[in-house]
Amino acid sequence: MPGLPAASLDDTMLLEKTPPVPADARICITLTINGQRRELQVTPWTTLLDLLREKLDLTGTKKGCDHGQCGACTVLVNGTRVNSCLTLAVMKDGAEITTVEGLAGLGDRKGSNALHPIQEAFIEHDAFQCGYCTPGQLCSSVGLMNEGHAHTRDEIREAMSGNICRCGAYTNIVDAIEDVMQGAAR
Amino acid sequence: MNRFDYVRAGTVAEAVQAYGAGARFIAGGTNLIDLMKYEVEKPDRLIDITRLPLDGIEEQGGGLRLGALATNAKVAYDDRVAAHYPLLRNAILAGASAQLRNAASTGGNLLQRTRCYYFYDAGTPCNKREPGSGCPAIGGVNRIHAIFGASDACIATHPSDMCVALAALEAVVRVSGPGGDRAIPFSEFHRLPGDNPEKDTNLAPGEIVVSVDLPESRFPQTYTYLKLRDRLSYAFALVSVAAGLELDGDTIKTARLALGGVAHKPWRNREAEALLEGKPATVESFREAADLIVAEAKPQSENVFKIELARRAIVRGLEQAAAGTPQSLSDKRIQ
Repeated sequence: MPGLPAASLDDTMLLEKTPPVPADARICITLTINGQRRELQVTPWTTLLDLLREKLDLTGTKKGCDHGQCGACTVLVNGTRVNSCLTLAVMKDGAEITTVEGLAGLGDRKGSNALHPIQEAFIEHDAFQCGYCTPGQLCSSVGLMNEGHAHTRDEIREAMSGNICRCGAYTNIVDAIEDVMQGAAR
Repeated sequence: MNRFDYVRAGTVAEAVQAYGAGARFIAGGTNLIDLMKYEVEKPDRLIDITRLPLDGIEEQGGGLRLGALATNAKVAYDDRVAAHYPLLRNAILAGASAQLRNAASTGGNLLQRTRCYYFYDAGTPCNKREPGSGCPAIGGVNRIHAIFGASDACIATHPSDMCVALAALEAVVRVSGPGGDRAIPFSEFHRLPGDNPEKDTNLAPGEIVVSVDLPESRFPQTYTYLKLRDRLSYAFALVSVAAGLELDGDTIKTARLALGGVAHKPWRNREAEALLEGKPATVESFREAADLIVAEAKPQSENVFKIELARRAIVRGLEQAAAGTPQSLSDKRIQ
């Protein structure tokens, strides 16, 4: 939905972003989130994770440890996977963000209702139980494939080590990723 | 997280000028934001340096210049790094997770703080966090702590893997600050705790890392980064070994060896390196060097095991380096 108005974030005033910004100020930034350009006012201490969940109602991205240890908050920033809990939103001004809600809109399926191939593969391979880590696992899987450094099962396992799954669905997650990678190679 | 001013710098000079007491430079933020959430760091001002033109990797004087903002992932997957400095590549990829390496910068990796539990817990005393308050790690829970170069004030270790390789590769850190530009040899960049454990490095206030320069490649084949930890991925080293050898037939021409997880900075012992040079590349020589290094180890109450672990890791690391069979990054069995 292009042209959506800026998200209303409380009632504080919008200030110029000329440095230094006083500690009570909000800063105007632009993010393209799941293909949609958003003009936002954020306090500098707002993490990308809190912005997504608390202000934009994009609650697919999960807060697990909030310290970069579990990977539940993984999103793609300009196609690269990062921990959104350790990212200040203000520092990503101008970036393209993809969350789990936007994965289906990536690539050649844009505009259709189809899931992203990795989402289909997770269902096919039973790659989750409780599902809490899954949005992070999915974004991390897409990031891994974008990076293109992991080829073998061992390499996939190592490259996914930043995503913890307490249900222990690891082997099925690796199966799902391998499946999509092989499909892309075919 | 505390409230702070946010400044986005466009040039190094602007960043340096925006600095004042209580300010912090921020790049990847993976360590600083974490510490702010624990209220270990409470900066009045964050100076965002991510827009500075410091993310390049360039050939320079026979070596390679790593821009301070080049991410850990960018450095690790650079073709020139892989071809000429695989020791650095392997060390970077042995640390953290893909997500963190995608965000963390070269300069920030050097400046990350210790993972000592007491340093992280603002509810306990810590001489590094609050000078003069005491060190509960001494006589406390100290399994992960230092066995070399510690003091009565602090027994913390430096957590980086990348820095252990940079120590063995004898990199040079270029910095810029209020007093101008200077170059700091890697071995003089980090400090031992002594009486001032609050100072991790010899950077002056307001100085900013501009690049890390690698000298001409010497160990493109005969090297290893061997990391021993409690689980096989995504954990800090209990002991790690970065080893690089130049061989003339079976004789060691040059040996560079740095240990991680055992001291307040990457630990080098030049006597042991000198002892190896001119010796045959045999397990006997390696044991001699390892014995010399661990002879000065001083354990804490819970980490005596690190001495024997370090001794064996040094021997194994040198064996791997000499044979040109570096520790695999994905198959974690130690060959």
